[in-house]
Amino acid sequence: MAVIETRETFVGTSVKRREDASFLTGRATFIDNLTLPGTVYMAVVRCPYPHARIASVNLDAARAAEGVVAAFSGADLAEDWKGSLPCAWAVTEDIKMPPHFPLAVEEARHQGDGVAVVIAESRALAKDAAELVEVDYEALDATADVERALEDGAPLVHADLGTNECYVWKLETDGVQAALDAADVVVTRRYVQPRLIPNAMEPRGVLAQVGPTGEATIWSSTQVPHILRFALQIVLGIPEAKIRVIAPDVGGGFGSKLDVYAEEALVIALAKRLGRPVKWTEERSENYVATIHGRDTVHELTFAATKDGKITVVKSEAKCAMGAYLQLVTPGIPLLGAWIYNGPYDIPNYSVTFTGVFTHTTPTDAYRGAGRPEATYVLERTMDALAAELGIDPIELRRRNFITEYPAELASGLTIDSGDYHASLDRLLELLDLDSIRSEQTARREGGDTKLLGVGFSTYNEMCGLAPSRILGAIRYAVGGWDSATIRVQPLGSVQVVTGTSPHGQGHETSWSQIVGDQLGVALADIEVLHGDTAVSQLGMDTYGSRSLAVGGVALVHASAKIVDKARQIVSHQLEVSADDLEFADGTFRVKGSPEREMTIQAAAFQAHSAHNLPDGMEPGLEATATYDPPNFSWPGGAHAAVVEVDTETGDTRLVRYVAVDDVGAAVNPMIVEGQVHGGITQGIAAALWEEAVYDEDANLLTTTMTTYLVPTAAELPSFETDLTETRSPTNPLGVKGVGETGTIASAPAVINAVVDALSHLGVTDMQMPATPERVWRAIQEVKA
Amino acid sequence: MSIARKGKDLLRRVALTVNGTRHELELEPRELLVYVLRERLGLTGTTVGCDTSACGACTVLVGGESVKSCTMLGVQAEGFEITTIEGLATNGDLHPVQQAFHEHHALQCGFCTPGMVLAAVSLIESGGATDEEAIREGLEGNLCRCTGYHNIVEAVAAAAGVI
Repeated sequence: MAVIETRETFVGTSVKRREDASFLTGRATFIDNLTLPGTVYMAVVRCPYPHARIASVNLDAARAAEGVVAAFSGADLAEDWKGSLPCAWAVTEDIKMPPHFPLAVEEARHQGDGVAVVIAESRALAKDAAELVEVDYEALDATADVERALEDGAPLVHADLGTNECYVWKLETDGVQAALDAADVVVTRRYVQPRLIPNAMEPRGVLAQVGPTGEATIWSSTQVPHILRFALQIVLGIPEAKIRVIAPDVGGGFGSKLDVYAEEALVIALAKRLGRPVKWTEERSENYVATIHGRDTVHELTFAATKDGKITVVKSEAKCAMGAYLQLVTPGIPLLGAWIYNGPYDIPNYSVTFTGVFTHTTPTDAYRGAGRPEATYVLERTMDALAAELGIDPIELRRRNFITEYPAELASGLTIDSGDYHASLDRLLELLDLDSIRSEQTARREGGDTKLLGVGFSTYNEMCGLAPSRILGAIRYAVGGWDSATIRVQPLGSVQVVTGTSPHGQGHETSWSQIVGDQLGVALADIEVLHGDTAVSQLGMDTYGSRSLAVGGVALVHASAKIVDKARQIVSHQLEVSADDLEFADGTFRVKGSPEREMTIQAAAFQAHSAHNLPDGMEPGLEATATYDPPNFSWPGGAHAAVVEVDTETGDTRLVRYVAVDDVGAAVNPMIVEGQVHGGITQGIAAALWEEAVYDEDANLLTTTMTTYLVPTAAELPSFETDLTETRSPTNPLGVKGVGETGTIASAPAVINAVVDALSHLGVTDMQMPATPERVWRAIQEVKA
Repeated sequence: MSIARKGKDLLRRVALTVNGTRHELELEPRELLVYVLRERLGLTGTTVGCDTSACGACTVLVGGESVKSCTMLGVQAEGFEITTIEGLATNGDLHPVQQAFHEHHALQCGFCTPGMVLAAVSLIESGGATDEEAIREGLEGNLCRCTGYHNIVEAVAAAAGVI
């Protein structure tokens, strides 16, 4: 009698990443590592002014320079564009959507706006010649300030619109004003959230080749090869069916590569004109002006509450910078947070208003968290402000307002499927040892220590797993939120998994093989995961918004089920038993009661391909595609705490401890989950303490390098203390929720709450991000005065 | 170093040893070492993450010491022995630092990884990786945007035998 082996599942274990080998040995396929025979190189001439009329562009000297193949102004290429670079999210009916072509023709609207291109035989020669392009600019007034941009007489980004207001979007329940009037206490706070530069370590890059019949292949450092493919048809008029987009190894994105960029259209247009492959590699200084930024909002957040701390109203009004143009999802970024301004709290009355504002700056778009960090920041900061106002401990105030019953229907209209916010907070407090922090804090204060301790909290949730397509349609997003998987069991038993997600550091090859390995009962070594090439993966909606696992990962389960179903029919036919009499476990079908009669799924795959003895009417092969549209968003949540040490003499703030307890549902690969948490919280901490894209009054970017825009190093950070609590999502069969953005969403308010806590006994009640030494020092001086 | 002429440019003949192989190259004086490695020798494991010598992605070992290869001209590498990420494993076996990065999940997108690994090798070999704080300070010149450094520090500490 055969022994039925039971084995551990792959899901839930920290399988080491299969992706690592190529990166660790220097064999990655980042765009700049790729070249085709005959490749020429593009350099982009960019406007140095925040706003300028382009009087003339003289390319003569550039065209005559050594190694130059061609040079074009915006006007020269205007006929190549069949449409504007697309914005997929017209958030209101009357939103203003000015056109945005790959090169500016008459007017440049932000520093870095492209005005001409030079193509040469080498990168260096292209760059040399670009410096010879003479552009006659007439500088115009500009502003980078969202509030100033809305004032009368402000310099207009698009003069023909007559305003810098892009849209006003509002979501409000009935009875908000009545609840405000009836409240025991109303707290309103204003928050400025700085503009952030994503800083994926790999700058962008593109390489394009156009064949003699117009078929275009583009290699791009993109998060969204599928979205890019149809966008390129809109811009270039090349049918999608003739466009192949390949995203090879992509060196980080954080939302900045969730876009359709001018250079992607340019290299194809130029490759077509020149009949040679065209390549462009972004330099970091270009990246700071030509790749999207994030955040840049001014909020006013109001809570109304009873005197015992039950919050009855949340009301938010925010001005949100769009930048000079609308990129792929620019106007929709605030909306990604619009439904979570109640956070993990049960708040019956709800009002959220966003005003999108054009400024003479690099366009904003998705940066890790996208709308949800903005919401969580103002919510969690105001939670502490309300706690202070009511004299209730901030932790206790949060507990009094937590949602505790699921499914939880929110005032904003969505439904949280699962969670346990108390459990995460309980675990956080176990790890934190708050009592000893408080006694140390008190001892330092009483001892006159110049280095004060502060502890800050943030309890949060988020909506991710983007997204149910019907809801996306209802909120006017142009495309769907489903994803797709194709699984192919080859004749000799190896398994190809084709995913519509497009990883760039998240480790999908490893995690997806774990999921499929469990579903089909095959060894990880037998599974190959393919992605990032639209010729291989026809259907997909790519990777952003913590969606890949909760959508694309679930598609793997459904595709696997189809494979098992078909294999079961084959085994049933061959063993001459009813399909219902077959059990499937660990990759083998066995006849119930006669387990010695068995066939592996891989043997069934051979039968499926030889097709010598299949059930009547069955098609040969063992391949299945499933496309999964999630019925709900997914809802991670958790509790974070930061402990900071503030030097009252210098204002220097050092993060001493960071403790994060997250509920991301089931963890497919806990090692990868932990890595995502580490990276996520670091980007939120960085926003709280260091990072800020600073513009001067005339909209000149002042933080133009990685040394003036303070991307943190290892030396500024502590090791992190992380743990997971788990409530499985009942929405999907894996029980997963997503983890890519949780840390960034939760961490900034925890850190700033800690800074304020450190100084609260002095009378400091607020601190603007980032809490630079100067800001902290000034805050201390102000309360002293 | 000898000088040859090509067109109107001065080309300089340079001999350097990379990963144990000696190369004789004719270089433009302005060519940065990182582009000599990437474009002349096809060693694209060394990546370029910035243009201000801030990110450390292009770190290699020059004479055993970690150097940002964008801060050095190719012609300055004359006579030096250079190790890039492609030369770190021996006979197919990962270097202990490479292995530790794998074991500790110290890389995500992998773009900073070659530079980070070589900076760590240099730090350990110079005896500087004595504890967590020293490792953090020692890797200050190398930026990573994915990991928050937590697992990198763990990996380096493990490879250095200090945890």
